[in-house]
Amino acid sequence: MQRQVALIKQSLFDQGYLDDQFMELEELQDDANPNFVEEVATLYFKDSARLINNIDQALERGSFDFSRLDSYMHQFKGSSTSIGASKVKTECTTFREYCRVGNAEGCLRTFQQLKKEHATWQDRRGLGRQHVGPSKERDK
Amino acid sequence: VYVRRTQFTIFFRIQNHCLKTKSKMATKSTGDIEKTKSIEMKKKLNVLIVDDDPLNLKIHERIIKTIGGISQMAKNGEEAVIIHRDGRASFDLILMDKEMPERDGVSTTKKLREMKVTSMIVGVTSLADREEERRAFMEAGLNHCLAKPLTKEKILPLINHLMDA
Repeated sequence: MQRQVALIKQSLFDQGYLDDQFMELEELQDDANPNFVEEVATLYFKDSARLINNIDQALERGSFDFSRLDSYMHQFKGSSTSIGASKVKTECTTFREYCRVGNAEGCLRTFQQLKKEHATWQDRRGLGRQHVGPSKERDK
Repeated sequence: VYVRRTQFTIFFRIQNHCLKTKSKMATKSTGDIEKTKSIEMKKKLNVLIVDDDPLNLKIHERIIKTIGGISQMAKNGEEAVIIHRDGRASFDLILMDKEMPERDGVSTTKKLREMKVTSMIVGVTSLADREEERRAFMEAGLNHCLAKPLTKEKILPLINHLMDA
């Protein structure tokens, strides 16, 4: 089981979904705080779901408020950087560049890609949690 | 037969990033025997983390804890100012995010310096910030500026500097 989780995690690193920052977070986890990384990831996915929803709604309205979109994406990029979500962070940067030049189509295209990368990571995280079960069981 | 004893007390300087140690020597004399008592008072590094992102607050709090410090959090600059309003707040270090609602990092830093806050204030910026933005943040009254993401390795040299001061 542990091996499966390790393989899933390694694949996320190998394919560029996660970067060194994620390893920094793992180093902050210890016996006294065994669920730290899981808690951070949960917080990230909760916050990113909110931001994705906000951006989705803003884009669906059709009138592109690039300043507002940039602000949402700034937040998204910030939290993605903090957790080491490398691919998502890259898409956030690209999106913001399109906002700066007022390229609506670029924003839409990039956002679709961002959601795809985000979903892939979330799915693999879900797979890993299924293999391991609740955090307490990891130590057995 | 009268036996006179000799007692030695040896002090070691311990490099610990987050303990400020004060030693107080109390000497008690009882006849020919001298007793020396050492009282150590330890003070943990006290940090204020100012950030609107709950994820950053959690991560930075954990970093401070792992290096032996304690932290208080403010969700934006206005909260940080309110914490200092009664003049009793005493932080060794303030980690100040730049972009925040209500009151941003630049405005908060300026305000805290106007309020005569002497804590070390370290600005936390994004790599995407332009040079002039970073300069304006420094000029507001920062001691240092660090780029996100914050790590133990980035913070420790500043804390060492703080401890040596």
